[in-house]
Amino acid sequence: MSARFLSQYGSEITTLTMEHLWLTGAAMLFAAALAIPAGIWLTRSPRWAKPVIGVTNVLQTIPSLAMFGFLLPLPWLGERAARIAIVALTAYALLPIVRNTYAGIRGIDPTLIEVARAIGLTDRQRLFKIELPLAASFIFAGLRTSTVTCIGIATIAAAVGAGGLGELIFRGVASVDNRLVLAGAVPAALLALVADGALGLMERRFKVPATESTRT
Amino acid sequence: MHSIRISQASSFWRDGIACFAVEASTCSMKQAQARVIRTAMLSCPTVAMSAALEFREISVVADSGRRLLDGVSLAIEKGSVTAIIGRSGSGKTTLLRSANRMIEPSGGQVLIAGAIERDLVALRRKMGYVIQETGLFPHFTIERNVGIVLEAEGRSRAQRVNRVRELLKLVGLDAESFAHRYPHQLSGGQRQRVGLARALANEPDILLMDEPFGALDPLTRAEMQDMLRELLARVETTVLLVTHDLDEALYLADRIVLLSDGKIIVNVQRDEFLRTDHPEIVSYAAAFHRGDTRASSPKAGSA
Repeated sequence: MSARFLSQYGSEITTLTMEHLWLTGAAMLFAAALAIPAGIWLTRSPRWAKPVIGVTNVLQTIPSLAMFGFLLPLPWLGERAARIAIVALTAYALLPIVRNTYAGIRGIDPTLIEVARAIGLTDRQRLFKIELPLAASFIFAGLRTSTVTCIGIATIAAAVGAGGLGELIFRGVASVDNRLVLAGAVPAALLALVADGALGLMERRFKVPATESTRT
Repeated sequence: MHSIRISQASSFWRDGIACFAVEASTCSMKQAQARVIRTAMLSCPTVAMSAALEFREISVVADSGRRLLDGVSLAIEKGSVTAIIGRSGSGKTTLLRSANRMIEPSGGQVLIAGAIERDLVALRRKMGYVIQETGLFPHFTIERNVGIVLEAEGRSRAQRVNRVRELLKLVGLDAESFAHRYPHQLSGGQRQRVGLARALANEPDILLMDEPFGALDPLTRAEMQDMLRELLARVETTVLLVTHDLDEALYLADRIVLLSDGKIIVNVQRDEFLRTDHPEIVSYAAAFHRGDTRASSPKAGSA
C-alpha cells in the first residue's frame, strides 16, 4: 500500500474506523445490558432457559444481510441506517452473553451457593458478592465472542448505508480495487484482534483459582 | 408410668411449659409430673426453660414422599453441645438444616430462644454454619472470607479487620500470614479453621456443624477437636453437631441424640450414653473400635 494511497484515504479510514467502533460499541453495550440480566434471570427460573436461549440462537442463524434487509422497512428504525445496524448487531451479540452468564452462574459449586444462603447473605448480596464475581470470567468470555463476531458483521452494515469500514470494502468490490478492500478489511481485522486480546485479559484476570476441595 | 405413650407425655410436658410461663406458681404439680415422665422415658424431648434452640414436632417429607423426619422434638440448652449421631439417611443433616431453614419442614416449628424467627436472613445470621466441604469462597482472601457476614451486616472495614484478627487467633491461625492468602493455598485443616472462624464472626447464639471434620485425617481431626473444645469453653455458643463419629460425639458433646429413620431413638447426657443398654446404642457402640484390640471400650481415647 503506497504512501500516496494512505495520504489520500488515511483520514477516511480513521473516520470509518471510529464509526465502526461506535456501531459495535453501542451494540455491545445494549447487548450486555439485555443479556447479562437475562442470563441472571434464567438462573432463577431455569425452565425458561431452553426457550430463551433457543430464540437467541435462532437470531444468530439469520444471515446478516437478510437481517439488515428485514429491519429496513420498520418505521422508527428505517429512518437511520445506524439504528438498524445497532439493533441487528445487538441481536447477534445476545446469544454468547446470555448463554455464558447462565452457564457461568449455574456452574458455580453448589456448596458455595448453599453456604452463601446459610450464612445469611441476602439474594442481592449473593448475586453481587458471590455469583457474579465467580461467573465473571465466563461472562467476559461471552462478551469476547460477541464483540469479535460483531466487529466482523458490522462491515455488512455498510450495505444499508450505516457506514463503518464495510463502506471501503463495498466500494473496493464495486470498483475492483483490492487496495480499498484491504483498507477496510485490515483495520476491521485489527480491531477484532485488539478486542479479542483485551477481553481475553479481562477473562483471565477474573479467573478464580480452582475451587477448593477438602478431599484430596 | 412406663406405659404412658410419648404423645401423652409430650402434651403433659407442653401444658407444663405453657402454664409455667403464664402462672408459675400454680403449675408446679404438672411440671413435676412432666419431669418424672421425662426421666422415665429416654426418647422424650428435653425440656429446659433456657432452650436456645428448640425443634417442635418437626417433620420433613422428601419430594419422593419419603419421611426424612417424623415429628422430631428436641430442645437444646443454652451453651450446651449436642451431638446428633445415626446412620447415613437417618435424618441427622436434615434436622440440622431445618434449624436454619435450608430445608423447609413440612410440619412443626423451630424456636430460637423461645421465639419463631420468620425473617430467613435474620434467622441465618443468628446461626454459624460449618460443613465438611468448608465452602470458603475461592475469590475472597481469608480475611474477607472470615469477615463476609460482618460485611453483609454492613460493619465498617476497620471493625471487620480487627474482628477477623481476633477470630483467626481464636482458631489458632496467625493473622499476619493468613489474612491475605486465598483458600486454595491452605491445607484442609487450615481451611476448616477458617470455616469455623467465619461461622463465629458475628458471635452467633447457635453454631450448626455438619460433619465438620469428616474429611480430615485422624491426626488433624484430633487437633481440630481439641481446638474446638478449647474454643467452646471460651465462647457462649450453643452447638448442634452432626457426626457419625461416636468418639467425636463423646469427646465434644454434653448430650447425645441418636436418630434412626427420622425419629429420635435416644436422647441422653454423654455420661449416660454408654451405660444404657438400649439395643441401638449397643450396636452403634459395638461398630466402633472393631480393629482396636487395645481399647476395651469405645470411650478410651478419641484421637
